[in-house]
Amino acid sequence: MDYFLTEDQLMIKDLAKRIAEERIKPVRAELDEKEEFPKEIIQEMAKSDMFGIFIPEEFGGLGGRCLDLVLAVEELSRICSGVAISFAATALGSFPIILFGSQKQKEKYLPYVASGKSLCAFALTEPDAGSDASGIKTTARMEGGEYILNGTKQWITNGAEADIYTVIALTNPSKGIRGASAFIVEKGTPGFVFGKKEKKMGIRASSTRELVFSNCRIPAENLISKEGMGFMVAMKTLDQSRPGIGAQAIGIAQGAMEEALEYSHQRVQFGQPISSFQAVQHMLADMATQIEAARALVYSVARYMDSGAKEISKESAMTKLFASDVAMQVTINAVQILGGYGYMRDYPVEKMMRDAKITQIYEGTNQIQRNVIALQMLKERAKGR
Amino acid sequence: MEIIVCIKQVPETGNIKINPQTNTLIREGVPSIINPMDMYAIEEGLRIKEKSSGRMTVITMGPPQADAALRESISLGADDAILISDKRFSGADTWATAYTLAQAIKKIGHYDLILCGKQAIDGDTAQVGPELAEMLGIPIATYVRKIEEIDNEHIRVHRMMEDGYDVIDTPMPALLTVVKEINIPRLPSLKGKMKARKAEITVWTADDLNGEPSFYGLQGSPTWVVKIFSPDPRPSGRILTGKTSEMVAELVKGLKETKII
Repeated sequence: MDYFLTEDQLMIKDLAKRIAEERIKPVRAELDEKEEFPKEIIQEMAKSDMFGIFIPEEFGGLGGRCLDLVLAVEELSRICSGVAISFAATALGSFPIILFGSQKQKEKYLPYVASGKSLCAFALTEPDAGSDASGIKTTARMEGGEYILNGTKQWITNGAEADIYTVIALTNPSKGIRGASAFIVEKGTPGFVFGKKEKKMGIRASSTRELVFSNCRIPAENLISKEGMGFMVAMKTLDQSRPGIGAQAIGIAQGAMEEALEYSHQRVQFGQPISSFQAVQHMLADMATQIEAARALVYSVARYMDSGAKEISKESAMTKLFASDVAMQVTINAVQILGGYGYMRDYPVEKMMRDAKITQIYEGTNQIQRNVIALQMLKERAKGR
Repeated sequence: MEIIVCIKQVPETGNIKINPQTNTLIREGVPSIINPMDMYAIEEGLRIKEKSSGRMTVITMGPPQADAALRESISLGADDAILISDKRFSGADTWATAYTLAQAIKKIGHYDLILCGKQAIDGDTAQVGPELAEMLGIPIATYVRKIEEIDNEHIRVHRMMEDGYDVIDTPMPALLTVVKEINIPRLPSLKGKMKARKAEITVWTADDLNGEPSFYGLQGSPTWVVKIFSPDPRPSGRILTGKTSEMVAELVKGLKETKII
């Protein structure tokens, strides 16, 4: 299917595909098995300017936008979404600075992100604040021209690997979530340490850690936007990043479908390749159709966002919701087509199935996505649109 | 340090087809790539360039579409690229190719190091590098798998041999042909690719070079290809069945018929 991509977009897609196939594919099973962060691959991606894709040109990036990032994440995820998410989480962590940072903050941090010298991480989730972000307890108290952070963030992708953390904390706990603010915290700041390293079902090449702040002092200039704007910064950041999860999901599904198609052609049972059986053919046909529908949705929403659209919550949530459900369904069926072999770690589809599950959960569960979509629908109705 | 890397654009597939009339490769419809061995030469050149803050020029002799191979070299980090292209160069054997490249390198003038891949995957001769060094009158080391030391005066390299490796010193300028053990070629960068798209590729024809016109192309090629052909596919074998004694008798009979024994 031709999506009429520009020359630059095709270039990004091709290069991401080459990195995935030449550098990631040979080691993906090992990275998964050992739960090892792909440092060398990340460095190689940095040299190829992949981290510049989503950074504006004036800060050393390529000035690409949502669709450009989507294409890169999709191609990387087709081979290994554990590596892909380590890349995409840097985009997520940098969005608060790109969208709401001051000129000074952008000048200070974004060139390091663009060159790949610094990875980023976004820290909102806490032990008691998952779907209900208003449950956050981390505080940032102003004292002598500095903010003092206290609290624990949980399940932070790129935790310990990133140098730049965008953290949501309460500056005015009495106001609840309306008293939240966003901050930049650099790795190595006294009082900022990493806690538990999570052992996960999938995306095991990625690092997921606890961030622990105990009397961590950061300069007042590290506040993003204004006090009290933290929740808005977080929500707009997630609106911006959700198509990336959609892309991750399409990539995983595409990879799984290709494996299933190839296997069905090789595997002989009852004297013929199993691809000659209609039961298998129909599963393959459904996979391909679902993936193409998901891709069409993700790409069109990405283009809609790139056109400068302001109200994107609903559409952005739809990409993540639909594509992740497709990824789950497709990977389950890919394992089914490979049968017993599919269940073994010798083939990559069981990993893809494990990897797919998280896309229905993180950056807002699919139940929360439905809330976002419905809320927006009701708002639009009220406004008479 | 000034580095020149000589590359060749080759058909991507291992399934090379030959025109039975002209006994030359059919290139139409076959995707072209930089000869894989030359990718190691490019990478090594880039590493030396980056360490010595030097310049690297990539040259190739080939048809106009070899422009793509040069742009890819620029996307990897080459500073300049020269396409040596003229109908009068076509049909060149290794000698005429080396002669033409030598003329172009003489025109470039200053250089410290020339790098080539060990051989091309289409012709497989491994001759152009050594011939080129001979024509330029500079030392050569073939099958280089490691550069141990390099400065403006001399270079020490390890040559891969069947029973180990040779360590040799040679004064500069010199020419090296490299093997795949020398490095892992990098991937292009997005900024490099954008630069490559806009880059000006210099094209030199026979008129731009100072060579003897009769030494170019088919006319200048002492090698005459009598015939190139694709070997017939191997016929399928016969599987003998039955008692061992019968099968052995049948096997011996067959081997005698085919005059193998």
